[in-house]
Amino acid sequence: MTTQQSINPLGPGYEGVAGKELRFRDVFRDTLRAEMIRDEDVYLMGEDISGGFDRDTKEPLDAWGGPFAATKGLVQEFGPERIRDAPISEAGFVGAAIGSALTGLRPVVDLMYFDFVTVAFDQLLSNAAKSRYMFGGQTRVPLTLFARSGAGTGHAAQHSESFYSMLAHIPGLKVVVPSDPYSVKGLLAAAIRDDDPVFLVNDKKLINLTGFVPDEDYVIELGKGRYMRRGEDVTLVGMSYTSITCQKAAELLAEIDIDAEVIDMMSLSPFDEDILIESVKKTNNVVIVDEDTPRASMSSEFAAVIADRAFDHLDSPVKRVTGPHSPVPYNRDLENAFIPQPEDVVKTVRHMLGRD
Amino acid sequence: MDISREKLEWIYTTMYRIRRFEETMLEQTFKGNSMGVTHPSDGQEAPPTGICAHLTDKDWIGSTHRGHGHCIAKGLDTKAMMAEIMGKATGQCGGKGGSMHIADFSKGMLGANAIVGASIPLAVGAALTAKYKGIENESIGVSFFGDGASSQGVLHESMNLASIWKLPVIFACENNGYAEATPAWYAVSADDIASRAEGYGMPGVVVDGMDVFAVYDAAGEAIARARAGEGPTFLELKTYRYHGHFHADDPKKYRKADEEEHFRDRDAIKNFEKRVTSQKLMTAKKLKSIRDDVEKEMVEAVEFGLNSPMPDIESLYSDVYVSYSNPIQGLR
Repeated sequence: MTTQQSINPLGPGYEGVAGKELRFRDVFRDTLRAEMIRDEDVYLMGEDISGGFDRDTKEPLDAWGGPFAATKGLVQEFGPERIRDAPISEAGFVGAAIGSALTGLRPVVDLMYFDFVTVAFDQLLSNAAKSRYMFGGQTRVPLTLFARSGAGTGHAAQHSESFYSMLAHIPGLKVVVPSDPYSVKGLLAAAIRDDDPVFLVNDKKLINLTGFVPDEDYVIELGKGRYMRRGEDVTLVGMSYTSITCQKAAELLAEIDIDAEVIDMMSLSPFDEDILIESVKKTNNVVIVDEDTPRASMSSEFAAVIADRAFDHLDSPVKRVTGPHSPVPYNRDLENAFIPQPEDVVKTVRHMLGRD
Repeated sequence: MDISREKLEWIYTTMYRIRRFEETMLEQTFKGNSMGVTHPSDGQEAPPTGICAHLTDKDWIGSTHRGHGHCIAKGLDTKAMMAEIMGKATGQCGGKGGSMHIADFSKGMLGANAIVGASIPLAVGAALTAKYKGIENESIGVSFFGDGASSQGVLHESMNLASIWKLPVIFACENNGYAEATPAWYAVSADDIASRAEGYGMPGVVVDGMDVFAVYDAAGEAIARARAGEGPTFLELKTYRYHGHFHADDPKKYRKADEEEHFRDRDAIKNFEKRVTSQKLMTAKKLKSIRDDVEKEMVEAVEFGLNSPMPDIESLYSDVYVSYSNPIQGLR
C-alpha cells in the first residue's frame, strides 16, 4: 500500500491525481472503515455508534448510524466487538480505551459533541497524555478520539464549544482540526496510525460540505499546516471551519484589490510554526481567525510565536478575529454574531491596511 | 491446605518483602534520600499478595498512590523501585515517575496512579483487550483501589462497563478504613462496599484482608470465574495501614490507639508464620532464611539506589511523545 505524504501547497484539486468530489461525512466514515480493514487492532467505541439494539435478537440495529452518521454501516461489516456501543460513561469508556491502548489495541473513540470532553478530562489528562512520560518511556498510548465542535446549528451553550485550545495545552496529546474532506481523510488516517494519543476535532459546519478527495491512500503529517491560497498583502490564519471563513474573506478582499494569503493550520498540537513565520515574513501583516474564545487560546499562542519569531517583519500589530469571551448563545442572530464571519475578517484587514 | 510449598514460600517472601520495603523506604525517606512524597502500605500486605499469587506476567493490574505492595506482588524489582523513589536514572521510570507512578509493563503492571480511582478503567481496558483477542483464560485485569476511590464516579462507570461486557476483571477494593484522614464510616454510605456490586450484576465478596489465606481463596475463585469468561467480581478486602496516609503523616491525630493494636494482633505476616509452623507446612528455619534473604535484598536495594546516577537533564524533554521529544524549542 502506498502512502502519499506530500500536500499540494495550493490545497486539494491538483492536476493529474485521480479523485472525486465527496461529502465530508462520507469521507470520514470511509476512512474509519479503511483503517479498520488495514489493522485489526483498530476498533471504535462510543455512545450510540451502532444505533440501538433489537429487543428480541439483541442484534445491533444501526438505526442512527452513530452520531452524525459517522459510523453508518460499519457495525454490519465489523460486528459489535469492533463497533463497541458504550453507555453514557465518558470517563469510564475513555479510560477503558486508554487501558486497551496500553495493552496492545488501537482504539478510536467517538465522543459525540466536543463539550463532552470535560466529562472524560481526567482520563485524557492524567492517563492518556502522561502515561508515556511518567513511566519513563515504557509505554505508548495509540488512542484516537474525535468529537464535533462549533456553533451555528442551534445546539446552544453545552453542545457548541470549540475549546480545542484546552487540549493543545496538554503535553502528550496531539490535536488536529480538519477543514475539508481532503484534510479529514489524511488527518484521520494519520491519527489512527500514530502511536500517541490524538484528538481530532471537527466543526459541525463541515460535516455536509463536499470537496475533492484523491482516491489514493495518503496521510497528512501531524504538525503541518498548508497554504490554501497564495497572496502578498496579508496572511489570514484559519483552523477548522475558520479556514473556510478565511478563504471567503480572501475572495471578498480580492474584490477590493487586497491580495490575501490563507493558511490552514490543520494541526494545533504540535503546530506548524514555520509556515506562519514564512508567510508573515512575506506579507508583513497577519490576522488570526478562530471560533474559540480568545483568552489562552490557539490565536493567542499563534500571536505569541509570530511576535517572538517575526516581530521585525510586522508592519502592523497582530490582529485576532475570534468568538467573544462568552458561552455560545442559542438565538440564531446571537449565534451568528458569536461566529467569526468573513465580513469581520475583511473589516479587520481593511483597518489594518488603512483601507477602511 | 490446598497451596503448594512453593506458593507458600512465595507468599511469605512477598509479604515480608513488602513489609521490609516500606520500612526501609521510610528510613531512607527520613534520611532525606527520597525525593518526594511516599505512601507506605505496611499492614496491607495480604491483599496484593493473596491476589497476585494467582497471576502471571500476562495479567494486568492497575494500582494506586499506595502502590509499592502491588508492584512487589506483581514481581517488580525492588532495586529499580528504590532507585525510582530516590529519583535516580536507574529507577523503574528513569526517575521521572517517583513513588506514585511506578510501572513495569513487562510484568503486567499498568502503573501506580495518583488520581484516586483513575486507574480503575485502565484495568477494565486491559480486560477488554483480552476479550477482544480471545485470551481471557490467560490475561485478566485486576484493579486495586481503596475505600476512598469507592466514592469516585469512574469506579461505578467501570463496574457497569465490566458487567455489561462481561469482562475478565477483578475489582479489588482494599478498605483500610481511611481515605487520607477521613474514616470510611463517615464517607461510605454502605456498611460493606462489596454490597454495591449487586447493583451492577456481579458477585461482591467481603474478605478478611488481614488473612492472606482468606484473600488467596476468595481471589482464586474470582479469578477462575474471570478466566472462564464468566465476568467480573468485586472483592472488598478489609485491611489496615499501620502508617499514616503519607510518610510524614501521624495517624494518631485521627485514629485511636486500640484500633491499631486490634489490627496488629491480626497482623498478616505474624499469623501466617503461626499457621504454617503449627500446621508444619513450613519450618521456622525456612521462614528465617527467607527473612534473611529479604534483609539482604533491602540492603542491596538501598545501596543500588544511593550509588545510582541522577538522570540526564536532557531527559526532561524525552518521551512526552513517541514520535519526537520536544516540539517547542527556544523558550529559554
